[in-house]
Amino acid sequence: MALEKITKIEGPAAVFRGDDVDTDRIIPARFMKCVTFDGLGEYLFHDVRFDAKGKPTGHMLDKPERKGASVLVVGNNFGCGSSREHAPQALQKFGIQAIVGGGYAEIFFGNSTTLGIPCVALAPKDLARLTEAVEKDAKLKVTVDLSAKTVNWGSEKAPLAIKDGARQALMEGQWDAIGQLLEAQGQVAKLEAALPY
Amino acid sequence: MSSRQAGGKSLFQKAWEAHTVRTMSNGQVQLFIGLHLIHEVTSPQAFGMLRDLKLKVAYPKRTFATVDHIVPTDTRVEPFADPLAQGMIDALRTACKEFGITFFDTDSGKQGIVHVIGPEQGLTQPGTTIACGDSHTSTHGAFGAIAFGIGTSQVRDVLATQTLALDPLKVRRINVNGHLAPGVYAKDVILHIIRLLGVNGGTGYAYEYGGDVFDRFSMDERMTVCNMSIEGGARAGYVNPDATTYAYLVGRPYSPKGAEWDQAVARWNACRSDADARYDDVVNIKAEDIKPTVTWGINPGQALFIDEKIPTVEGVPEGQRAGIKEALEFMQLTPGAPIKGTKVDVCFIGSCTNGRLSDLREVAKYVEGRQVAKGVKAIVVPGSQIVQQAAVEEGLDKIFRAAGFEWREAGCSMCLAMNPDKLIGEQLCASSSNRNFKGRQGSPTGRTVLMSPLMVAAAALTGKISDAREVFEVKPEPVGV
Ligand code: SF4
Repeated sequence: MALEKITKIEGPAAVFRGDDVDTDRIIPARFMKCVTFDGLGEYLFHDVRFDAKGKPTGHMLDKPERKGASVLVVGNNFGCGSSREHAPQALQKFGIQAIVGGGYAEIFFGNSTTLGIPCVALAPKDLARLTEAVEKDAKLKVTVDLSAKTVNWGSEKAPLAIKDGARQALMEGQWDAIGQLLEAQGQVAKLEAALPY
Repeated sequence: MSSRQAGGKSLFQKAWEAHTVRTMSNGQVQLFIGLHLIHEVTSPQAFGMLRDLKLKVAYPKRTFATVDHIVPTDTRVEPFADPLAQGMIDALRTACKEFGITFFDTDSGKQGIVHVIGPEQGLTQPGTTIACGDSHTSTHGAFGAIAFGIGTSQVRDVLATQTLALDPLKVRRINVNGHLAPGVYAKDVILHIIRLLGVNGGTGYAYEYGGDVFDRFSMDERMTVCNMSIEGGARAGYVNPDATTYAYLVGRPYSPKGAEWDQAVARWNACRSDADARYDDVVNIKAEDIKPTVTWGINPGQALFIDEKIPTVEGVPEGQRAGIKEALEFMQLTPGAPIKGTKVDVCFIGSCTNGRLSDLREVAKYVEGRQVAKGVKAIVVPGSQIVQQAAVEEGLDKIFRAAGFEWREAGCSMCLAMNPDKLIGEQLCASSSNRNFKGRQGSPTGRTVLMSPLMVAAAALTGKISDAREVFEVKPEPVGV
C-alpha cells in the first residue's frame, strides 16, 4: 500500500498542558457512540474546551489565532488509559498532524503511528522552552523533522526522541502495517495450521 | 524477544516465539493472534475499513463478539432508548452475520463484559495470544495468556490477517509473598502495585505476577490484578498457569475435551516460565504491607491506604505539585485530611475488574440484613449473564435488593457510562471499577474513588468512605490458618 512518506511536519502549534492526560480526557466515552470516526474532531478534549452547559471555556485550541494549529505540545505520559483509537482519530480530525511531548502511553503511541501521526519526545528542559514559546506566540512555526531528529522553532532547535521502528515506518510510508501484514498470508496459514489450538 | 544469554525463558518469551510469523522491515514482529475478541465500540469502524479494502475476515472462527459497553442495564427491550446505542448493536450484529463471527448477543444467555465472558466460555487459555480492541484485555493474562489491548486499525489487522505488528516487550516479575490480612483483596494488591511503580512504571513491559499470594489466589482474583496491569502502564500482565487455572477451565464450553484436555494440560505446563527464567526486572512486595486501598485523585496511582491522609501540595516534590493540585481541586478533597469519612453519593459494584461471581458473593455475605445509607444510590451490575444467573440461583440478588442495592442486567454500566448509568454533576462514586479519570463515569465533573467491592459496600452502608474491616467487623483469622 502506497502511503505518504512522513519526514517533516511544519505548522503553527498549540499547547495542551498537564501530565498523564488520559484518553477519556482526549475524547470522553460518551462521544464514542458512533460507527465511524468522522466528526470526532469537534469533541476533542471536550470537557476541557466546554463547560457543563456546553459553552466554550476559551481554551487555547479554540482561540481564533490558533486556528489551523497542526502541532500539539503536551506533557508526560500523554494518552494513558484506554486503547481507544478514537483518541488519535479525534486529534487527527481536529487537524493535529504531529505531537511533541515528554512521553506517551504505549497503546496511544502505536495507534497514533498507525494513523501517521508522529509522537515525539523532548527532554524536560527543551519541552519547557518550546511550551513557553508556543504559548507566547500563536504564529510561531514548529517543525518536527524526523529525518534530522530535531524539533525546530524560531531560532531554536532541540533533539527529539522517537522509537526507531516508528520513525522508520513513518519515513518510509509504512506506518499503516496492514499492507505488510497481508504480504505474509502464506506464512501465517502455515503457522496457524501448526498451532495446537 | 531480544536475545538473552544463558537462563531459561519466561512464559512471555515462549508464547511470543511460538506465535512469531516473522520480523518485519522496521524491526517489529508480526505476531499471530490465537484468539480475537470484539465488542460494539471499537469494531464497527474496523469492519468499515475491511469493507473499504474489500477484505474478508481471515480466520472467522478465531474471533468472538459480545456487546457490553452501551447496553442499558435496566431493560433489554429494543429498540433501546438511545438510538446511537441501538445503531451500534445493530452494526455489530450485521458485521458478525456478514463475516461469519460467533456473537454472544443479549438473548444468548452468555452476553457480558468481553473480559468476563472469554474466560467463562473457556476461550481464554494458557500459552495463547489474545487481542481485543479494549485496554483491559490484559485481564486474560490471568490464565497465562499474552493478551493485548489494541486500537481499531489493529482490530482491522487481526480481522484481515489474524496477526499484529508489535514491538517486543521486556518482562518484569512482580512477587507478592506472605499473607494478605483479612479484608485485603486482590484489588488492594493491584492498587498498591500501581501506587508503588507508578501509572507509567510499566511502559515497555509485560508484568509477570507470582509469589505465595498469586499461588493461592483464585482465577477471579488473578483476573482482578491482571485487569489493571494497563493502569500501571504495562502492555500486558499474566500469571503462570497451574492447577487452579486448569480446575477453572475444565468442562467449559470451549475448553479442550477428553484426550485433547490431557494434551493441552501438558502443553500448558510446558509454557510456564522456567524456574531459571531471566527477567528484565524483579520487584518484591510483602503481602503484610498491603492494607485496604482507595484512590484519592484522578489516576489509579493516586492511591492511599484507608487509614492514610490525603496528600498536601507542599508534601510532594516540586515537579509533581501541579498534578497533585489539579487532582485535589477536581476531587474537592481537603489536603491533609483523612480520606476516611469522605461523603459518597453513588456506589457501584461491577466491571471487568470486580464484577464476577466471587466478588458478588463476598459482598453479599457481609451486606445481608443491613441497609444502604439514606440518600446513597447503590447499584450492582453483574459482569455477565452467566454471573447474573448464578447469583440469582444463589439468591444473591435478593440479598442485595433487600439491603437497598439496585440489581441490574449484565454490562459495563457505570465503569465508563456509555449507557444510561451515569454520575450526575459532581457526585462522588465509590467504585469497584478500574479508572478514576476525570469524567470517566459520565459526568465531566463526576468524581470516582476506586476500591475493592467490599469497601464499596462499606461506603454504601455508611454513606462515606469507610474501612470495611470496621464496618463489617472483619476478624483477623486465627493464627495458623
Ligand atoms: S467494564 Fe469498564 S474497563 Fe471493563 S471493558 Fe467495560 S468499560 Fe472497559
